[in-house]
Amino acid sequence: MATTSLRPCGDYRSSYRADQTLFDTRLSMLFCAGGVVLLLFAPFVLSGYVLSLMIQIGYLGIAALGLNILVGFSGQISIGHAVFYGFGGFASCYLSHKGVPVPLAIVLAGLWTTAVGLLFGLPAARVKGLYLAIATLAAQFILQDFFVRATWFTGGTSGAVAEPFTLFGFDMSGDHRYFYVVLFFFVVLYLGAANLMRSRDGRALVAVRDHYLSAEMMGVNLTKYRTMAFGISSFYAGIAGALYAHYIGYMSVEGLDILFSIQFLAMIIIGGLGSVMGSLLGTIFMVLLPELTGALAGALQGSAIDKALHLKDGITYMREMLIGAVIILFLIFEPDGLAHRWRQIKAYWKLYPFSY
Amino acid sequence: MGGEPSGVAAGATLLDVRDVSLRFGGLRALSEVSFSVEKGELFSIIGPNGAGKTSLLNCISGRYSPSEGRIGFEGRDITRLKPNKRAAIGIGRTFQNLALFHHMSVLDNIMVGRHHLLKNNFLTGALYWIGGAQKEELEHRRKVEDVIDFLDIQHVRKATAGTLSYGLRKRVELARAVALEPKLILLDEPMAGMNLEEKEDMARYIVDLNEEWGMTIIMIEHDMGVVMDISHRVMVLDFGRRIAHGQPAEVLADPHVRKAYLGEEDVEDPFEQEAPAATPGAAVRQLSA
Repeated sequence: MATTSLRPCGDYRSSYRADQTLFDTRLSMLFCAGGVVLLLFAPFVLSGYVLSLMIQIGYLGIAALGLNILVGFSGQISIGHAVFYGFGGFASCYLSHKGVPVPLAIVLAGLWTTAVGLLFGLPAARVKGLYLAIATLAAQFILQDFFVRATWFTGGTSGAVAEPFTLFGFDMSGDHRYFYVVLFFFVVLYLGAANLMRSRDGRALVAVRDHYLSAEMMGVNLTKYRTMAFGISSFYAGIAGALYAHYIGYMSVEGLDILFSIQFLAMIIIGGLGSVMGSLLGTIFMVLLPELTGALAGALQGSAIDKALHLKDGITYMREMLIGAVIILFLIFEPDGLAHRWRQIKAYWKLYPFSY
Repeated sequence: MGGEPSGVAAGATLLDVRDVSLRFGGLRALSEVSFSVEKGELFSIIGPNGAGKTSLLNCISGRYSPSEGRIGFEGRDITRLKPNKRAAIGIGRTFQNLALFHHMSVLDNIMVGRHHLLKNNFLTGALYWIGGAQKEELEHRRKVEDVIDFLDIQHVRKATAGTLSYGLRKRVELARAVALEPKLILLDEPMAGMNLEEKEDMARYIVDLNEEWGMTIIMIEHDMGVVMDISHRVMVLDFGRRIAHGQPAEVLADPHVRKAYLGEEDVEDPFEQEAPAATPGAAVRQLSA
């Protein structure tokens, strides 16, 4: 039975195919497709600044999704995500310097990062919980040190220059053009993850997270899937890092510290662990929050409150404090993240106005 | 019921357990347990708490590795085979303490049971529409729906497994094990904590699996009424040893079994008041109460 309402009040699907679609209603599919089409026109309308924010959301969102596959879906922890992101950036700089076309370099950088991720993921099959957290912390420090010392690869402390992104001789750098590059990778990688989660290996990952003993009894090879989660997660991080490097045109060791790794964790916790869409929501939140608090601080500057409390320079620190406060509030009031809130809104509308 | 296996062609040995011992440090959980299960049989293992029943099941399903002895399945030695390989050769199981994937839907839970039958991997899975993953997923969805129909859980197929009631979870767990298409299915207390009605349903599913789906079943169960009514053969364990083994009526009459369950002979003996052969179920139901 075809339905025209926004949210059908029951289950009217009549084929297994319709029951296993990516989007639960036709409308949400149209919304997403329409959204992507609208985004195609964004560079014609929006300012460079807004576009740069969206590009940021794009590549950080890809990295966050990678971490969510590892932490949210397969139930392992990683506090070294930033270095895989960094490795992808450096690898792409290195490859593009050697004459590899940039689009190919980005994909290859993703694969190289996968190899590194698998290497560090191998102990993952053996340790769990806090021990795994420490093992990934080791990855964070080892690779960070490697970036500083391996001057042939990263340029050491002075960093590496990334070639501009060109496609068939056409220069794609600059906010207005690079936007399309990020959008392409974003759509492909998000669709890929959503598909993965409704097929065999995605289910196996979640099964390992929820009950590894019975997953094993169902024929799931625990070692394989735990390691695989690290591989996939690093691939996403690597691509994201490479996209970042070619956007900025430069990759530096600075900023790839543990705080950045924790920021990725914050994104997926706020967005919703184990939710593909949550990864995006969390990233949007984390990218826009500094904007919001920055604006707030700007408004306070020189106001009566500022003078009364003698805030002066303290006003810039308010921004950082607010981010911290918001994360704590999320952990207390919405531990399942924004994705959960969104699901509840949808559930409410399902039977509107008769939802008793 | 009771008596001879009535399912598929009986006679060939499916599972052969020879002198299996299991030690945890100084503790002997199992001592030289031997038995064999034939194709199409419904075989029950009973015994007091701590007798080693679940340990024995864990040896068969590969969670524990026996300290001594060997386990053969269809003539092949599987004593050291990894647990995740045993699904592929046809051994499925359910757990005593529910072991569902709590955050997954019932449907996905059961689909995980078909893991070893599916071929799509993370690459074809991510591409989904290209490379045949969708086609394969839909084919298997059809098979899973057969299992869902059989166990009457259509109404909860989209529900998150962790939100279901206890009885339903047990049924979903059975569904997941059945979806594996096992030759041998190990049920660890499938009726524990159920009310009478749920027990009757579960007993019916088990008998149907055995007779109509042709699955060989090994069941651990404390409800003696059910055990005596539906099993073809029963084995009794006590302190990790096999103390009796045979047809339900024989086992019931065995003095060792009575001793294990009731203590020494001088205790008042309910078997003397009621003829065990006539109404075996009733007699032991009283005993286990």
